[in-house]
Amino acid sequence: MKELRLMKGNEALAEAAIRAGTDAYFGYPITPQSEIIEYLMHENPVDRTGMVVLQAESEIAAINMVYGAAACGKKAMTSSSSPGISLKQEGLSYIAGAELPCLVANIVRGGPGLGTIQPSQSDYFQAVKGGGHGDYKLIVLAPATVQETVDFVKLGYELAFKYRNPVMILSDGIIGQMMEKVELFEQMPRENKDYDWATTGKKPGKDSVIVTSLQLKSEDQEKVNLRLQEKYREIEKNEVMYETYDCEDAEYLFAAFGSCARITRKAMEMARKKGIKVGLVRPISLYPFPTDAIYELGSKVKGILSVEMNAGQMVEDVKLAVNGKTKVEHFGRFGGVIPSPEEILNALETKIIGG
Amino acid sequence: MTEEIIIAGFGGQGVLSMGQILCYSGVMQNKEVSWMPSYGPEMRGGTANCTAIISDDMISSPVLNEFDTAIVLNQPSMDKFEDSVKPGGLLIYERNGMTRKPKRTDINICAIEAYDTSVKMNNTKIFNMIVVGGFLKIKPILELDNVLKGLKKVLPERYHKLIPLNEEAIKKGMEIIEVEHKL
Repeated sequence: MKELRLMKGNEALAEAAIRAGTDAYFGYPITPQSEIIEYLMHENPVDRTGMVVLQAESEIAAINMVYGAAACGKKAMTSSSSPGISLKQEGLSYIAGAELPCLVANIVRGGPGLGTIQPSQSDYFQAVKGGGHGDYKLIVLAPATVQETVDFVKLGYELAFKYRNPVMILSDGIIGQMMEKVELFEQMPRENKDYDWATTGKKPGKDSVIVTSLQLKSEDQEKVNLRLQEKYREIEKNEVMYETYDCEDAEYLFAAFGSCARITRKAMEMARKKGIKVGLVRPISLYPFPTDAIYELGSKVKGILSVEMNAGQMVEDVKLAVNGKTKVEHFGRFGGVIPSPEEILNALETKIIGG
Repeated sequence: MTEEIIIAGFGGQGVLSMGQILCYSGVMQNKEVSWMPSYGPEMRGGTANCTAIISDDMISSPVLNEFDTAIVLNQPSMDKFEDSVKPGGLLIYERNGMTRKPKRTDINICAIEAYDTSVKMNNTKIFNMIVVGGFLKIKPILELDNVLKGLKKVLPERYHKLIPLNEEAIKKGMEIIEVEHKL
């Protein structure tokens, strides 16, 4: 029988981490995601699967512990919220440069700086454009429900190991704090696979495995970059995920991701009741971005409103996608303020329909 | 059926768990549910509130500005949420500690003396379940059996012996709720 539970997004993410066969979680508490480490500590998964849960001395320590575990071929993850994720950027750049798999969850809160503890989507740029130094990409998945949070833990690891690349679940304080019905997948075993890229001890007759993001010769570093770029093109070809609602007859389009897509959906329902033919496209993978799909959809409508809990970030990718084919505007509330469906509808009417 | 509810009061009144119990009861009745707490510094000694949505259909926004029902358990919560009830909606308020009556005339208004009743029942901890009972009397969206099943899920096993007491509190709440203004 299906196991249905009512769970907070953060708790569900933690339970999914145990069930996905995570070898190690390293973290450091910060609102609004402290329930993740709290739940893991309470569950004591070392008794269930042997999974290590450790509260590091800082966010920087936690991401470098992930780096170490990933270098050994382990399923390792960490989670934090915006200011903590900023601290992890150096480590993420190293992990991406060393081509190792790992899972990172960012339960975004309002910024900049220490900001506020309320939900926001203002880390979009940081997540999809790299975040740390160097030409690298994270695979970024944006859940809109507690169920997707659970599913993306499993999917996140699959993608991370398929491409040997860090994967980020970009959630926010709404999805992290809210409770919803969730169906959990069965416990998966911890794998303990012996990967040929992992540093698990030199075997006789085999070369040493060196995990590094450092090349002293620029030509070698360029080779690394070319390999990374080739990998990113492959990811862009294979892993685009998005969802559309009521786009068939749409004259206008909303674009929104994560929790904001749900609030926008309410605005869409209200608009439809008023006779406004508006659809919604929800990018699920933020990198790779559904560029082609938004170009196709954008070519058929009179305008697109990108609704975000930030000052205008994804709107740039929407504009690049439609490439001038149609008008693109942004509506957002930020600093932890959640937009209401009423003001989103009003923005559609003033900025797109009347504008 | 979609019921969008805001429950607000002081921290410690059981506001958040009321929402959870309603939502878990909804799960038991095959409904779609969502529960969203207010979280932040205002919870320390101030007001607490949560949005609970119970619906036959998929729930879009878990965060709302307007509600079918507002359950307010102290004056600051009435001040904050009275205007958020949709016209024709329902406001339930706890009489104890209120300094004024609701002003709206375009909504249904009910009052409950859950605190005094809980004192009479010698257990102020069942205060919130009396309110739940009152709400379900006015809006019978969930069956009592499913609420009791929901309670089993929310309460840790060591408290399961208290379920009969909670059932009594729900039934008491159904008895004592008073309709003050009916459209």
